[in-house]
Amino acid sequence: MASAQSLDPSRAGLALAPDGTDYDEDIVKMFLTATVTWGVVGMLVGVIIALQIAWWKANLGLPWTTFGRLRPLHTNAVIFAFGGNVVFTAIYYSMQRLLKVRMWSDALSRFHFWGWQLIIVAAAITLPLGLTEGKEYAELIWPIDVAIAVVWVAFAINFFGTVATRKVQHMYVAIWFYMSFVITIPVLHIVNSLAVPATLTRSYPIYAGLTDGLVQWWYGHNAVGFFLTTPFLGLMYYFLPRAAERPVYSYRLSIIHFWALVFLYIWAGPHHLLYSALPEWAQTLGMVFSIMLIAPSWGGMLNGLLTLKGAWHRVRQDPVLKFMVVAVSFYGMSTFEGPMMSIRAVNLLSHYTNWTIGHVHSGALGWVGMVSFGMLYWLVPRLWRRELAFPAWATTHFWLATIGIVLYTVSMWAAGLTEGLMWRALDDAGQLKYPNFVDIVHQLDPFYWLRLAGGTLYLAGIIMMAINFIATVRATAPAPAAAARAAA
Amino acid sequence: MANQTGQQDGFHRRVFEGKLGVFAVATTIAILIGGLVEIIPMFTVTAGPEHLAGVTPYTPLEVAGRDIYIREGCYTCHSQMVRPTRAELLRYGEWSRAGEYIYDHPFQLGSRRMGPDLQRVGGKYPDAWHYEHMRNPRATSPGSVMPTYPWLHEARLDPADVQASVRALAKVGVPYTPEQVAGVPQQLREQGEAIVGRLAQAGIKAEPDREIIALIAYLQRLGKDGKAAIQAAEARQQAAR
Repeated sequence: MASAQSLDPSRAGLALAPDGTDYDEDIVKMFLTATVTWGVVGMLVGVIIALQIAWWKANLGLPWTTFGRLRPLHTNAVIFAFGGNVVFTAIYYSMQRLLKVRMWSDALSRFHFWGWQLIIVAAAITLPLGLTEGKEYAELIWPIDVAIAVVWVAFAINFFGTVATRKVQHMYVAIWFYMSFVITIPVLHIVNSLAVPATLTRSYPIYAGLTDGLVQWWYGHNAVGFFLTTPFLGLMYYFLPRAAERPVYSYRLSIIHFWALVFLYIWAGPHHLLYSALPEWAQTLGMVFSIMLIAPSWGGMLNGLLTLKGAWHRVRQDPVLKFMVVAVSFYGMSTFEGPMMSIRAVNLLSHYTNWTIGHVHSGALGWVGMVSFGMLYWLVPRLWRRELAFPAWATTHFWLATIGIVLYTVSMWAAGLTEGLMWRALDDAGQLKYPNFVDIVHQLDPFYWLRLAGGTLYLAGIIMMAINFIATVRATAPAPAAAARAAA
Repeated sequence: MANQTGQQDGFHRRVFEGKLGVFAVATTIAILIGGLVEIIPMFTVTAGPEHLAGVTPYTPLEVAGRDIYIREGCYTCHSQMVRPTRAELLRYGEWSRAGEYIYDHPFQLGSRRMGPDLQRVGGKYPDAWHYEHMRNPRATSPGSVMPTYPWLHEARLDPADVQASVRALAKVGVPYTPEQVAGVPQQLREQGEAIVGRLAQAGIKAEPDREIIALIAYLQRLGKDGKAAIQAAEARQQAAR
């Protein structure tokens, strides 16, 4: 029965569907190429701003190279350029196969691709120029915001058109997660971006003060939830079973995982405003729902890890599975850490410190980055129908990335605890023990250099991957074994 | 497969997985509830932020300064939110009240303190301190890791541009009258000259139409209304006792 096949993605990965459907693989290759390109760029900017924090002279004294302008460039590049293109690669590859149908409209697919890349280029030009709305992860100026909404509508039409014309009755769990992404992102984006333009490049949000803050963090936290989590879980639910050649561990768990996650996540935003003057009821809701989020998050993590039951011996040899296992583990770790940091007493120490930066990066580098690399190493040989040019480099990349993350998160925990404790330290007379802020700043210097080392290793890894892919794609004749495997 | 085949005809399969419309609508409802419950009460008088008497809108020069603050991404390193703890009271001053932010479009609470909180920086240092600090932070704060912002001392403000900002802010609800919007160029000049006068007393020769003057005006305004309102309220309480 078709529905049984839809549950088992390992049986849904044919180059051609049984009825001869000609999948659009070019669009997948396009998004994949963009992913690797923007990944290198975004992480390079990350390393540059890490250097600026350790050594202020790296700001260069130029307006467009200061930290305040490059930091939004880094966050936008890694989240929306790298992360976005990863997700689109995953969606365009997997949904055609899961639904046994070509994308509904090739024209909309291309419009989506080129529109999204133009938006990224516009962001890369405007942010260093200081053209910003000044809301974290929503910095892009209003004309770009409008473009995002338009491109998203095109994507959504194509997405739902494809689902509606599917050749299998049931939608596999990956599709549910993708759907929550397609639906939720425009809701967040539009509500948070509502503003009155002053000029072509400047606008003011219709919300003021803490209301603007609450809307922004409802958006910001759910950008994490619905841009960096749910579509990546969809990715995991498709590519992990395929790479492991095992069906998903539990169907029932995936149902609970999905509904609990999408319902609970949206409430968690106010944990970014604890101890602010935001009404206490809103802060409490944010904290309580954040803690409840552990349950579905860990359900998803366990569903991922247990899918490897019986395939663990392959993790030792297969870099794809290595990346995915570490990714899912980091997902579990950061979805435990996040709720802990949402507890008011913990947040009082962690908020405003590098601990938050460490937490974000254990999720971004550990979960999002690693699961993406796993998918990319799995996809490239299949899409281009040839073996990787340097298979051993994939394992080297894995270790560089893993060591890089460890250096990054450990140094940022240490830095966060150091500054958090020094800010609040009182002497016996009840006065500040470290009244000079700058003194505390310089306690963090060694941690900043260590973080820079970690980030550089991670960047070196993705550059190795990019070179590996370029060499693979440029190889003239597909290796027969790879061609056979891709066709199988 | 054992886990899955047993569920072939389960409730979820029948109701959701085969029906795109039902699934999409259910997902939409699931993601809307939390946001609606949390955000809508912020617009009602009783559940939302309390208002604070005595907090007035920014002047045009302060608006221009705030635009520069946003442009340079100051919020990536500085917060504007003092939390209610003894350590923050000692380091920064009065903790932040919701009513202080009612004219902040967008809010600038920040999420990171690479440098100190700025909510109570208004009036903490003389104008000349900020003038030097932006040119060379280490001149005023030895050991600081802040970048230099020398271009602020060169770049000029465009009164028409500031006027457009004030007009747009009036549209989102900041109570600027049409007369105030029309008078933006004059207000810019007057407040700019006042700051230039104070800088001259410190031996600094500056022009009133430079961006640095607007940024000083904004920074010197930060948290001042709130502090005054809080102190007035406390004085009233003590008198009542």
